[in-house]
Formats: sequence, structure tokens, C-alpha cells
Amino acid sequence: MEAAHAHHDHAHGHDAHGHHPSGIMRWITTTNHKDIGTLYLIFSLTMFFVGGLLAMGIRLELMQPGLQFWRPEFFNELTTMHGLIMVFGAIMPAFVGFANWQVPLMIGAPDMAFARMNNWSFWLLPPAASLLVASFFVPGGATAAGWTLYAPLSTQMGPGMDLAIFALHIMGASSIMGSINIITTILNMRAPGMTLMKMPLFVWTWLITAYLLIAVMPVLAGAVTMVLTDRHFGTHFFNAAGGGDPVMFQHIFWFFGHPEVYIMILPGFGIVSQIVPTFARKPLFGYSSMVYATASIAILSFLVWAHHMFTVGMPAAAQLFFMYMTMLIAVPTGVKVFNWIATMWKGSMTFETPMLFACGFIFVFSMGGFTGLVLAITPVDIQLQDTYYVVAHFHYVLVAGSLFALFGGVYYWLPKWTGHMYDETVGKWHFWLSMIFFNVTFFPMHFTGLAGLPRRVPDYNMQFADFNMISSLGAFGFGLSQLLLVYGVVKCVKGGTKATDKVWEGAQGLEWTLPSPPPYHSFETPPAVK
Amino acid sequence: MVAGSGANRRTLAKLLVVAAVMFGFGFAMVPFYRALCEVTGLNRVARSDAVENTQVDATRTVTVEFDTNLRNDLPWTFAPVEKSVRVHPGALTLVTFEIRNNSDRPVTGQAVPSYGPQVAARHFRKLECFCFTQQTLAPGEVRRMPVAFVIDAGMPQDVNTVTLSYTFFEVEGRNSVGGDGNDRGRAG
Repeated sequence: MEAAHAHHDHAHGHDAHGHHPSGIMRWITTTNHKDIGTLYLIFSLTMFFVGGLLAMGIRLELMQPGLQFWRPEFFNELTTMHGLIMVFGAIMPAFVGFANWQVPLMIGAPDMAFARMNNWSFWLLPPAASLLVASFFVPGGATAAGWTLYAPLSTQMGPGMDLAIFALHIMGASSIMGSINIITTILNMRAPGMTLMKMPLFVWTWLITAYLLIAVMPVLAGAVTMVLTDRHFGTHFFNAAGGGDPVMFQHIFWFFGHPEVYIMILPGFGIVSQIVPTFARKPLFGYSSMVYATASIAILSFLVWAHHMFTVGMPAAAQLFFMYMTMLIAVPTGVKVFNWIATMWKGSMTFETPMLFACGFIFVFSMGGFTGLVLAITPVDIQLQDTYYVVAHFHYVLVAGSLFALFGGVYYWLPKWTGHMYDETVGKWHFWLSMIFFNVTFFPMHFTGLAGLPRRVPDYNMQFADFNMISSLGAFGFGLSQLLLVYGVVKCVKGGTKATDKVWEGAQGLEWTLPSPPPYHSFETPPAVK
Repeated sequence: MVAGSGANRRTLAKLLVVAAVMFGFGFAMVPFYRALCEVTGLNRVARSDAVENTQVDATRTVTVEFDTNLRNDLPWTFAPVEKSVRVHPGALTLVTFEIRNNSDRPVTGQAVPSYGPQVAARHFRKLECFCFTQQTLAPGEVRRMPVAFVIDAGMPQDVNTVTLSYTFFEVEGRNSVGGDGNDRGRAG
């Protein structure tokens, strides 16, 4: 990032820009979208390793039947906090980091619309993450209610639950501010000639994601506020004794929760839609159908929440409605997958690390999509509810989906951000080890799940011992492989072959017209888009 | 930099309104779901049912078993006087439960019924039940409470045993108010 200083342009006569603070104050007071994007990415990488450490703790206990390492209560804290930290600390901030770096560069804007609010939305995150991590050390430990925080568990836990609720409030506020910034930037600050239907797909997916965030993060804030008042202020939203209903928490939570899973995948779709055309050296096939598919997924995401709770008891008519709506999502998702494949069709493909991750994403994400279709079938879901089949399903779409898309995006834009090419050998090793160990870890969970292994339980029957051993060994391998990412990124930031402006032979878009790394203030004069 | 421009501020204001409305929407779901459960009868377990004058079906006998639970540290003893009864569909039956407050402070509790198998809930009609209201017991007080019910003739033929399970929850923050021991529970 230091290289960004060297290119700093004093010639514009903007005095204020000339002497921003240096050292740590530069990062605390920064309003520059590139700095804030970097902060988001560093933060999410850190949280990725914190959440990963918890996952290693889970797999350590599950390596063998019986209780070896943790008390059952602590095991539940591990699963809960792994979920919360990965969702709210790693995946979501990483995508916001990409948006900060890339949205202004891709639409030809000088910065985000509200630069100070941008600084504020990032700096809310470290305190929130500290609250989450600190909750391990309060009496009773961290919340163990599962990342879904279901009542009545969440209304009964110790003070760790309160810390988690406050952390969610703060992270929610940060997400909402970030989303408002992204929407305003995209709607109002595009370069002349950059019509909506000319925007790169990454920008489109983020525009839609930001709308989803503004619609559902406040609902989550409301739900956890109700839990908080139930816990301390004598309300009875979810307390059966006072006329409340714990099942209602699930309805409110999943009204947030289902759009949330698309919030975590749509920007990933956007990143893959940038990478595939670059390395296939062909324009994206079916651009407008991609835009409409993204929008349809976003709309449908509000109509499927109850498929997470088929077993709570609901009329058959409601089960059928939610089952069909859920299956309907396969249509726009299929449109996307086929468009990516059609983009590759007869292209001059090369397989640099970003393309490897994009191809890996399409392959493994589709598998997660298919298990999603299986789970959409109500009678099957009633059998598989809360088994490892569900765990396998959502790790296929979240790890091999969102996370692999993020990895692909990092390798794709890292030369642009740092001005150096990353080490291709390290990148390829990172991809292949991640891909193999990911499948070693999660593929056996389909089998254990079908055989009835329940999730969130630290012990299990002997019959599951072999598959769990395989999963655990795979997980340790996957965890260690991620050190390659850190090594590759640090090496690239420190130096390496000078990257050209265009970086990739087939790259299209405004960000590739800037030098690598781009100047600290870019597009102060809007570029003309034909 | 266009950061302060009017267009951006207008967009900011609109989006803030959306976020605020959605926060309210989360809370609005509470009465919405209550009303939905009311209309569809999904959650009709803790209030008095209407019973039409039906014929007693003496050819059939259903065993009704009673299960009692106390949530958390509710300092009570709670048990049915009879563990189970055998009834004919259509016949009005009266059973008694007993609670005792073992603590030295007044405690308010609310019982929540549930049924096994689930399908029985629709055909198990309670005319009188202590679960319709909150119960406040003075220190050491013992109370015997009736439940009057009819199993309607629509009960599926393969259901021969119904378990009626009550769980008493403590209603906190009621003791200092000094309820009259029978104050109405919250609507819904």
C-alpha cells in the first residue's frame, strides 16, 4: 500500500489532500476508499483466522467419538461463535472491502459518496469483533445458542449473549451505513456514459446486495433487540409464559436470515462474472440476463424463509408454498451458471489462479446448490433437519461459494491494488490444496448427515467415527493451506514483478485503464465511457 | 469530491427512511403473526374452547395421560391428582392438578399446555383450565385446580392415547405488583 503514496498526485491543488496524517493516524482518520477497502480486507482476513481457529477446535473434538478436549457447553460456544464470526466478521466485511476498492474504480467515481461515514462504518467493526471475542471470557462463556440465536436458548444464556447482541447491533449499523454509501455511490456518481446497463456485473450485484442489506439488517437488529428486552426488561416476545412464542423468533430471524445468505453470495457471483470473461477472453455471455437473474434471486429471497423451519409445525399449504418458492430459485441461479459456462465456451482460456478459483467456485457451488434443492423438498428436509447434510450443504455454498469467489477476487485484483504480480506458484498451490482439503472435509458430511448424525453435538455414535476422522484431517489441512494465502498476499504487497496497467490480457473495464497501483486519488476528472 | 452534493443527501435520506421502516417492520411482525395464528387457529392452546352438544361415543375409549413440568428454578411442586384417565369421546371430564409454592415469597407462574401426538391438539377441547390465566401463590400456599375437557368425536381413530403436558413458567416482575392470584394473562 505504501506504493500508493509514491503516486500521490499533488498537482491538483487540493491542499487538504496533500498532508494526511501518517502512521497509525492515517488509517484511523482515513476517508479514502482504497485505504478503507484495505482496512476491511485486513480485518476480515484476521477474523477469518479467528473463526478458522474455532473451526479447528470443533474438528479436534469431533475427530474421535467421546469427549476428549472440551466440555459440551464449550463445544456449543465454538460452533456458535464460528458461525457468527465467519458470517459477520469474515465474509461480509470482505465483500464490503471489495466494494470499497472496486466500485469507485469500476464506475469511474473519485471516491465513495460519504467518505466520513465510510470511515465510521469500518471503525465500528473492530469494537464489535472485540465484544464477540471478549464474550468467551465472561461468566458462562460466549453465547452457545447457535449462530441463529434461537429463543428460548438465547433468552436464557449468560452475559455472553448480551455481548453478542450488542456486537450484532454495531455490525448491523456498520453494514447499513456501508450499504447506503454503496447505493448512493453507484446511483449518483457514475462516470458520464456509464449507464446502469453498462455497469460491470460486480457493481450490479453489489447494488442489489446493498438493497438487501438495508431491507434485512434492521429486521435482525429488531429481533435481537426483542431478545434483549425479553432477557432484561420483562417483555414476553418469545417467552411462552407471558403469551409470547419462541417460534416467532425463528420467523423473524429467517426473514433476515435467508436474504442474508444471498447477501453473502451475490457479490461472489459478481466477482466470478468479472473473472470468467477476462480469462476466457470473451465478453460475458448474457449480460442482461445476469442482471435480471440477480434481481430475481434477491426478490425470491424474501419469499422462502420458512424452508429453514419446516419442522416447527406449519400447515401443509405453507410448506408447499415455501418448497416451490425455494425450488424456483434454482432457475435464476441456473441461468447464471449456464451463462458462465457459455462465456467459457470456445474462449481462449488460460488458468491463472483467479480463473482456477472461479472454475472451482462454479463446480463446487453448483454441488452446494443441488444439495440445496434436495433440502428444499419438505419431506426430505424433515428427515435431514439439523443433520450434517445441512452442514455440508451450507459449507459448499459458503466456503466453496463465497470464500472461493473472494479468494479469486483477491488474486484477480491484487496486482492492480499493489502494483506487483502475486507469486503464481503459491497461488496455484493455495487453490489446489484448498479445493482438495475442502472436499475431504465436507464431502463425507453428506454421508454422515444422511445416516442421521446431528449437528451441534460434540459426541457421536461409533458408526460415524471413520467419516469424522476424514473430515477432521481435511479440516486441519484446509486450515493450514490458508497460511499460503497470507504468505502470497504479504509477498505480493512487499514486492514482485511490476504489474502492467491492464494486468490481464483479456481484462475489460475502467479499473484497468489506471496505473497499477492506482494513484491515491483516482478519477478526479471523470473518464468518458463510450 | 461530490460528497456533500444535494443528490447524495437526498439518496441518503431516502435510504435511512427505508432502514428505519424495516426496523419497525421487524416489530410489526409480532402482532402480525399473533393475528395470523389467531385467524388460522394455529396457536389456540391456552384459551377456552367452545363445545357443541355432541353425543358421547361409548364404543371408543381414549386414555389421557398427564405430564407436568416446571421450567428453570420455579420453586413449586406441581402434579396431577390422577396420573391418567380413560374417557369416551364426547364426554365431559373433570380432572384436578395440585401446585404448591415451596418458597418463602409469592411467585406468579403461567402454565403452557402441549399435546402428544400433535394432531390431538385440534380435537382436545378445554372448557376450563388453570392455564388460561396466570397463577400467583403466596408462600407455602397449596392450590388445587380443575381442568374440564371434552375430546371431540373427530379425534383420528388410530389415536388411542393422548398426553397432555403442562409446563409452568415463572412470570418475573409480577410478585412485587401483588397480583390478585388470578389476573388475566396477556391477550393472545
